[in-house]
Amino acid sequence: MNALRLLLRDPVATFGLAIVLLAVVVAIFAPWLAPYPDDAFESHLLRRLRPPSAEHPFGTDNLGRDILSRVILGTRNALLVAVSVVVAAMAIGVPIGLAAGWREGWLSETLMRVTDVFLAVPQLILALALGQLLAPGIAAAMVALALTYWPFFARTVFAETRRLRSALFVDALAGIGARPSRILFLHVLPNAAPAVLVRATIGMGFTILTAAILGFLGVGAAPPSPDWGLAVSEARQHLPEAWWFPTFPGLAILLLVLGFNLLGDGLRDAADPRLRRSRR
Amino acid sequence: MSAPVLAVEGLGVRLRSDRGIADILDDVSITVPRGGTVGVVGESGCGKSTLLRAILGILPRGAEPPKGRILFEGRDILPDRAASARGRIGFVPQDPYLSLNPVFRAGDQILEIMRRHARGSRAEHKRRLVELFRAVQLPDPEAALRKYPHQFSGGQRQRLLIAAAMSCDPALIIADEPTTALDVTTQREILALLRGLVVERGLSLLFVTHDFGVLANLCAEVTVLYAGRVAEAGPTRDVLDAPRHPYTRLLLACHPDRATDLLGIPGTVPAATAQPGGCRFHPRCPIIHSGCVVEPPPLLPLPGDRAVACPWHADPLPETIGG
Amino acid sequence: MARYVLRRLLLALPALFGLVILTFVLSRVIPGDPAATLAGDGATPAQIAELRAQYGLDRPILEQAVIHVRQVLTGDFGRSIFSGRPVAEEIAQRLPATLELTFAALFLATFLGIPLGLVAALNHNGPVDHLVRLLSVGGLAIASFWLAIMLQLVFSMDLDVLPLRGRVDVATGLPPRVTGFVLVDSLVAGRPDMFMDALRHLALPAITLSLPGLATIARFTRSGVLETLQKDFVLYARAAGYGRIRLAAIYVLRNAVTLVVTQVGLLFGALISGAVAVEAIFDWPGLGTYAVQAILSADYKALLAVTMVVGVVYAVVNVTVDVAQALIDPRVAEDAR
Repeated sequence: MNALRLLLRDPVATFGLAIVLLAVVVAIFAPWLAPYPDDAFESHLLRRLRPPSAEHPFGTDNLGRDILSRVILGTRNALLVAVSVVVAAMAIGVPIGLAAGWREGWLSETLMRVTDVFLAVPQLILALALGQLLAPGIAAAMVALALTYWPFFARTVFAETRRLRSALFVDALAGIGARPSRILFLHVLPNAAPAVLVRATIGMGFTILTAAILGFLGVGAAPPSPDWGLAVSEARQHLPEAWWFPTFPGLAILLLVLGFNLLGDGLRDAADPRLRRSRR
Repeated sequence: MSAPVLAVEGLGVRLRSDRGIADILDDVSITVPRGGTVGVVGESGCGKSTLLRAILGILPRGAEPPKGRILFEGRDILPDRAASARGRIGFVPQDPYLSLNPVFRAGDQILEIMRRHARGSRAEHKRRLVELFRAVQLPDPEAALRKYPHQFSGGQRQRLLIAAAMSCDPALIIADEPTTALDVTTQREILALLRGLVVERGLSLLFVTHDFGVLANLCAEVTVLYAGRVAEAGPTRDVLDAPRHPYTRLLLACHPDRATDLLGIPGTVPAATAQPGGCRFHPRCPIIHSGCVVEPPPLLPLPGDRAVACPWHADPLPETIGG
Repeated sequence: MARYVLRRLLLALPALFGLVILTFVLSRVIPGDPAATLAGDGATPAQIAELRAQYGLDRPILEQAVIHVRQVLTGDFGRSIFSGRPVAEEIAQRLPATLELTFAALFLATFLGIPLGLVAALNHNGPVDHLVRLLSVGGLAIASFWLAIMLQLVFSMDLDVLPLRGRVDVATGLPPRVTGFVLVDSLVAGRPDMFMDALRHLALPAITLSLPGLATIARFTRSGVLETLQKDFVLYARAAGYGRIRLAAIYVLRNAVTLVVTQVGLLFGALISGAVAVEAIFDWPGLGTYAVQAILSADYKALLAVTMVVGVVYAVVNVTVDVAQALIDPRVAEDAR
């Protein structure tokens, strides 16, 4: 709660939080907010590529669909993909980081080496290859993204666990005979939580970006799904006439990623008193 | 009698921050005669560092233009932020570990100072610096030029910084508690070195400390600061033997030969943003009078080149203090 | 110093070996039968079996792995299943294009990002500072492919001042290949017109690709300078009368840059990833487009080689970063002992 108050004192981070909350609200109520909710799948060839107007504030796309509606409807996909990927990556990365950080030895070494190898491969290429392997589609893209993002969690948790393990209170707990698993889950994990939360928030932004690139390259969401990256990709054939077609979905990506990044930065500052002091 | 090297006259420094306005220094005057050694003592927060920063022209952001004058060799250096006096004032900082940039060779850092403020070519500067390294007793002076700060010990680094202070042929050396970061043996060596150099080269010294022992050893005269004002000034021996201001008296009563803190004096130094009116010492003073809370007491001259900012300086202190 | 460099190189080896194994595993789980792809649509089972034997796909998996490791170590990546040409040759042809692009982006990011960060820090909480902060957050939030398209829309389609795609104009053509870097080769050939043409083609992709790096570098320079300005040695240098400009641009910056250099290393991976999308949009004949094509055509030989090459480049960059850091801050090399 204390951290939340600190966060709200930072106007930039509060702005980020506002964007994220807005996106969540839009995602939940998308079908009711969108002026043309059926345009997720329906096409209207008679009103193709209309410029922005009162009727269609963001214009219409190559199939005559209202772009504003598709941007609104796309929010749900974007958030859903980001949340599932980050949660899955956490589910893989956090236990690995804990296990590797808690004990030194061959297991720890092996786990961290594997993590390093994954980090040495460019995420996008790995995700592309995995996505392709699992048959192109949004589900495959999500699995691929989770499989490329977990090392970041493993690294973060590893570093935190190593740091906490050497902390005095862990020694004290071991001294009074607390079981390792108890120390790990009741004491180490909660202390590592802020770092994980920061990593997760930034990971949300990163995932939305990468998922959009996958969609753009044709390895992510498939038509007619109202995906932002896909929309930008489809728009390429209609330039320079339909400038509004790629512009608004792209802005939506920018805004949402910006929101998560600002929030992540603010959380990091709130969680780390040393940084807070130097920021002033 | 020649003009003093340094004359601080009625210096006032005011800082503005989010926490309010603070008069860090108020009407402070200090004179360093040519060839003289003057000490400034006081607790942390009394304005010692700000005094030095004003003289060196590096007041922090948020400081209003200072009041008063700082005459260095007869010229007011306040308006140009001491730029004209740099080089002629050598500065020995408090912490030798933190005062040198770790990613540059120590020698190059000093040569840069010389490049800006000393005559001659780089080769001459190097030759002179090696001589100085020898004078401050750094082992292997030639090799020292090429070393990085972390390759020296703390004592050696303080020697480097003393050499740096000497590098541009200064008239005045300003030292800011140059030994607090060092162990006791090294402290003694560094102080001996500093004293030797000052005497040998006929330099003037302004030395800031909270250690009366060091003060007695090094400085002929002393100025005691309390909460940004001068409490008492005079020849060191006389002030230490017979202090007049209640603050100094209490300070020395607690630790007759080495008063390092104010154990035994009730209360603490007031926050700079919340100074009491009248005499700033009055909330802690055992001989407080009603007038003390109204007007700040003027600095009264006393016989024997002394001065004290307390009209009641002749009154005895009560037997027990604190409780 | 030499010992330090050697140590760093040795430390990179296990990760590279891990990469060889990982790529092999990856290549074996890519769907589709490479031999069938290679043989084409109307191939008989016998033809496919023959091809399988030719590529060694019929041998036990462990034997294939050993062969794979041996081949990678000798730089032999086999023939592309898609084009039939040696993969090493194809990569050698495309690698310089990607490196030219990434280096240009890195150059832009560094030489704009560091001054921006410095100026922002020196005007802490001023208008320039806020602008740089906004840029540094926004630069990381922008989707590279979208930015590329927007830049194309404005500069190539609307204003028509920069080429839309490609590495050189078809009419101008490529200079004789010496290094594979068009900017260098055109100068070697004494053709300033080619140089200018290549530069114009490089502009938009390089700008697009540089933005995330620019954002990161500006941000870390800013915070590094702010942190350094608080240090005692800066106060001391001011008291000793260092010049203002020298103090900020050299004395403080060098400390701040140690942080930035680490970021450049981390950025390189992001740059390569970004290059995939940017190359696709600008039809840049580099490794990114090659990788996408390899993935889409299940050309595991090619994909494996690309991943390997990128991994090696990445390792080299990281070693370079470590060494650069040791050169900037002499304490780094000594701590490592």
